[in-house]
Amino acid sequence: MNYLSDVGALTRKDLLLQLRARDTLPAMLLFVAAVFVVFHFSLPAGSSRLAASGLLWVAIVFTALLALGRAFVPEREQRTLDALVLAPCDRSAIWLAKSLATLAFLVAAEIVALPLFELFFHGLHGSTVAGVALADLGICAVGTFVGATAVVTRARELLLPLLFLPLAIPLIIGGVGASVVHGPGRYLGFLALYDLLFALLCWAAFEYVVVE
Amino acid sequence: MIAARGLGRRFGDKRVLRGVDLDVGDGAFALVTGPNGSGKTTLLRLVAGLALPSEGELRVDVTRDRIGLLAHDPLVYRELTALENLELYGRLYHVPERRERIGMLLERFGLWDARHERVAAYSRGMTQRLALCRVLLHEPQLLILDEPYTALDAQGAELLDAQLAELRGERTFLVSTHDPQRVRALATSELSL
Amino acid sequence: MRRIPLPVLAAAALVLVTLALALVFFVVPNDADQGFSQRIFYFHVSIAFTAYLCFGAGAWKALRHLWKRDPRADLESYVAVHQGVIFGVLVLLTGSIWAKISWGHWWVWSENQLVLFLVLFLFYAAYFMLRFSVDPGPQRANISAVYALFGVVLVPVSFLAIRLSQSLIHPQVFTRHGPNFGGWILAAYIVSQVAVLVLAYTLYRVELAGKLLDLRLRELRLA
Repeated sequence: MNYLSDVGALTRKDLLLQLRARDTLPAMLLFVAAVFVVFHFSLPAGSSRLAASGLLWVAIVFTALLALGRAFVPEREQRTLDALVLAPCDRSAIWLAKSLATLAFLVAAEIVALPLFELFFHGLHGSTVAGVALADLGICAVGTFVGATAVVTRARELLLPLLFLPLAIPLIIGGVGASVVHGPGRYLGFLALYDLLFALLCWAAFEYVVVE
Repeated sequence: MIAARGLGRRFGDKRVLRGVDLDVGDGAFALVTGPNGSGKTTLLRLVAGLALPSEGELRVDVTRDRIGLLAHDPLVYRELTALENLELYGRLYHVPERRERIGMLLERFGLWDARHERVAAYSRGMTQRLALCRVLLHEPQLLILDEPYTALDAQGAELLDAQLAELRGERTFLVSTHDPQRVRALATSELSL
Repeated sequence: MRRIPLPVLAAAALVLVTLALALVFFVVPNDADQGFSQRIFYFHVSIAFTAYLCFGAGAWKALRHLWKRDPRADLESYVAVHQGVIFGVLVLLTGSIWAKISWGHWWVWSENQLVLFLVLFLFYAAYFMLRFSVDPGPQRANISAVYALFGVVLVPVSFLAIRLSQSLIHPQVFTRHGPNFGGWILAAYIVSQVAVLVLAYTLYRVELAGKLLDLRLRELRLA
């Protein structure tokens, strides 16, 4: 129970901070719209609708990277990560709270992005939305973890995409599969498996990342 | 409460702390002095549990929820208000009668009127006073203060003096400073790095 | 294992690799389907298996570091991962040669193993960027260890994902050769596998010895 209340307090803090920053969500929305326009011009005439579906996932991953890059900025610039690590809460609560807050923003961006995609390209199946939902969990779990790791290093923002993208490749495969294949069940199942495995790993390992 | 033998810490190729022995009993007031760069901050961070030693042994007989650290940085979120900051820490430390305690501290340190303003708008002195509130919020058994007078304004320094005098003997203190005159009278032991 | 002296290992590696090369290129009969390219395959498979083993060893050492606080485990994990990456690059190279011979292209996306190693290469290359972006100390060791463990989970997950993403299955040596698989082919495969493993272990020991010496020198300098 204590754990959940800790996570609650931290999530509230993270949401407040990102909302007060006021530029994260607008930037994500503009970015997604711009990326879609770029896709349109990048796809040669006569490209299949499958190509556009695939590119949707590129848009999602890179929009997520935008949010993930900002996730630990307050903790880094004001060194408040120290205060959180000092607190008696389980260190994994820090990771979980940050993931949940990032998830909220990612979903908020997708609520606009997915209809926009339908407007620009073509309709989306329910399986695509399910895939997006499942992939979001994995993206936020792993992305937050990797984001915290990047914060500790000298290279910082430079490292985040390098650490995140290889880990995101299975998610993209699962997501694209769920979007375009006639029997998306396997892909959705795979996404759920990824989420479970990596969430567990992140949860257990976060402790080791934040203590100097 | 704190026992260290041969404590050392390296950052890359730089050895910041070497062969430090430290003994601090319950209720003691330990002073750590030394010039800038002598490793005072590192030692305090090791005791607080924010960093792991590279060598040597360290035993701190206090759980994390009974430790309070005043660091070089105030460790408060600039985009949150004073109240929101203390609410967060109050929840994380499971402070009983949280609202009352927060109100009491904010008032004592002269921040009650500014409680709904974002910390970003505070002066340096006010921010440091808020940091003091943060440290005292959960009534820690072990207070680790890293050069506490550095960022304080005159009002804050007086309030800190009063707090130290009040809590001395009841709580254990580990204080670093490069200007020991102010607190030497209170100290029970001194370590020079 | 640690007590086998390095010169003995190096000699064994040399002998075995020579033997393997001889077997593969001169003794084994030509394969009806693929001819010459099949010979690269012996090494390609052996190197791939060795690379997996290296990553696995890196993860095992990482676990020992985090769990048992074994003082040498961090360095051993790093060196194992390093060997894994070196052999991983060799997988990509031998696979590329095999692809050129078999299909006429230097790269094909239809080969699961190859694609998997590409993903792993990206992941473990980032391992080094990460490691060298943190100052040496307990935190760097912890972060590296955690990352190595992530890698070992990524291997089966990526493999599953890549398999899902295409219909073609990597031709397994054993299944392909079926009833014809015996005699010299088996011998060549086993010898090349053992040779690559011994070579990898030798290189691991050499690098570890070098790194330990480095560490010792640094400690003496600081004292």
